[in-house]
Amino acid sequence: MKIAVCIKRVPDTEMRFAIASDRKSIDSAGIKYDLSDFDGYATEVALRLNEQQGPGEIVAVSLGPEGTQEILRKALSLGADRGVHLAADAIPFDSLAIARALAPELKDQGFDLILFGRNATDTGNACVGPMTAELLGLPCVTAVSFLEIKDREGIAHRELEGVTETVRFPLPAVLSIDEGIARPRLPSLKGIMAAKKKPIETKPAQLGPVQLTVESLELPPERTGGRIVGEGAAAVPELVRLLRDEAKVL
Amino acid sequence: MGFAGVDFYQLEGAFSEEERAVRDTVRAWVDEQLMPVIGDCYIEGRFPKQLIPGLAELGVLGANLPEQYGCAGLNNVAYGLIMQELERGDSGIRSFASVQGALVMYPIFAFGSDAQKAQWLPRLAGGQEIGCFGLTEPDYGSNPAGLITTAKQTRDGWVLNGVKMWITNGSQASVAVIWAKTGAVDDVKSIRGFIVPTATKGYSARDQKGKLSLRASDTSEIHLDNVELPADAVLPKSGGLKSPLSCLTQARYGIAWGAVGAAMACYDEALGYAKQRVMFGRPIGGTQLQQARLADMLTEITKAQCLTLQLGRLKDAGTVTPQQVSLAKRNNVSMACDVAREARRLLGANGILVEYHSMRHLANLESVYTYEGTHDMHSLILGEAVTGLSAF
Repeated sequence: MKIAVCIKRVPDTEMRFAIASDRKSIDSAGIKYDLSDFDGYATEVALRLNEQQGPGEIVAVSLGPEGTQEILRKALSLGADRGVHLAADAIPFDSLAIARALAPELKDQGFDLILFGRNATDTGNACVGPMTAELLGLPCVTAVSFLEIKDREGIAHRELEGVTETVRFPLPAVLSIDEGIARPRLPSLKGIMAAKKKPIETKPAQLGPVQLTVESLELPPERTGGRIVGEGAAAVPELVRLLRDEAKVL
Repeated sequence: MGFAGVDFYQLEGAFSEEERAVRDTVRAWVDEQLMPVIGDCYIEGRFPKQLIPGLAELGVLGANLPEQYGCAGLNNVAYGLIMQELERGDSGIRSFASVQGALVMYPIFAFGSDAQKAQWLPRLAGGQEIGCFGLTEPDYGSNPAGLITTAKQTRDGWVLNGVKMWITNGSQASVAVIWAKTGAVDDVKSIRGFIVPTATKGYSARDQKGKLSLRASDTSEIHLDNVELPADAVLPKSGGLKSPLSCLTQARYGIAWGAVGAAMACYDEALGYAKQRVMFGRPIGGTQLQQARLADMLTEITKAQCLTLQLGRLKDAGTVTPQQVSLAKRNNVSMACDVAREARRLLGANGILVEYHSMRHLANLESVYTYEGTHDMHSLILGEAVTGLSAF
């Protein structure tokens, strides 16, 4: 199968970060970047599909600044065949602007599947995948937690609150992939070396008009310390009263 | 949360993207695969053998040897970073990889025939064969020139006799590279290397019992009792003591990096603990004594990192000398011992528990201090290098 995996470069979620002086963005000083977690699952799904179903082509596509090439090469080191870098000074917050840049690149390329992560770990909008599907006029299944492809048709599971939904869809299709579907592999050292020789095509991103902008970014308030309301069984009534009247959790 | 490393001098930018990717892969592997089991392995005195296929699949074994033999073909800095990350987990697992790559695959690559390379290297890289290296003997450790294991040429091949000691991977190995004298016992030039499948009649290995260090590593004594080998068991291009010593230079290079990894693990643990542990109503990290400890650890680690990076660049340029490798092994292992000990002390009573890592590293590093050329022997190598006078 010919599969496109759309991936995003995001700040490493294990890094401590600070808000920049513009109060609208993250301070980039000392920040490490990585492939967004859910995009790692999407990449793994693409790799397994082609391992199971015989040779095909996996194209990793990413929009962003210069460092984006590094995560494209990570996808190549994992086993993707080639990369497409849509160069932009920054990744806009506006999902539709991104979808409008992606759609022409994905259109008429003969992709059987176009995969996205369920959402990016930094912005968390979960919109670019469905919006791209809309622009391409393709069926879209979001938050896929199980996938089976057979005879140009797919079966996907979606884990909803307390229920698993099974969805049937025709190819080509756009899917956004949930965590837990398949444990992402580590790139092998040979894969890292091989990635250097795989092609990455870079072209300017034709972003759509940006209609959404981030106004401000604030860290959650610091948690205040706990309070001891008494000791032993005698403290229970007071604790219950405070939980009900003050914390309002009962 | 995974290990974040220690990088006070922004050396990150001095590594290539590919070197960083290699390091991050091995770092993640250690977090996911080794860290959950290493404590139990250490207590039980057991090498985590189940991890070998995963290590091989990643391409860690003989990673700096060429791709034509199934290896990753990495440069020496990337190889060093692998050793750093493995030893961040445990010196035992790094020792396994050092022996397999630098002491078994390297001599076959450097001194072997094309047929030997084709037969053994891909299977060693793939982990289907496990190797060990037999140079040290009960009475010949720092003085390998005196070794008394013999290889007598017969009409059909060779017959080996002798005893080897302190052999990492000895009991689990399927193949051994054994160094023996083919001539008189005082003929150092007659030392040659032999590829010995361990299933050969007359070969036996027994575990070294009672170790208080490198407990998650297989250390054995090997007995060679009239071991008959075919004529093509000899490594054709090996000759004299310089052959095994050149392997040791490769391994010592990896150790210089590995020690930095162990020290980073201890510092990271000590720093985290110092910020969390409250005594006298404040974190102990806010006290001058512990800050001095942490400052010393950080300083020494940072110096060692600069040393290994430059050593690696020299090795990649092909200009490194064995004496430069000696300096780094000597400095970095001694440094790591100091860092591990101070970290253990900072951790107070908790520091003696296996759920923390510093004491395990400390105990391991005492072996690393002694093996692959003791600290003192490297002093003499450096002494000779600068004075021109041998003091051995």
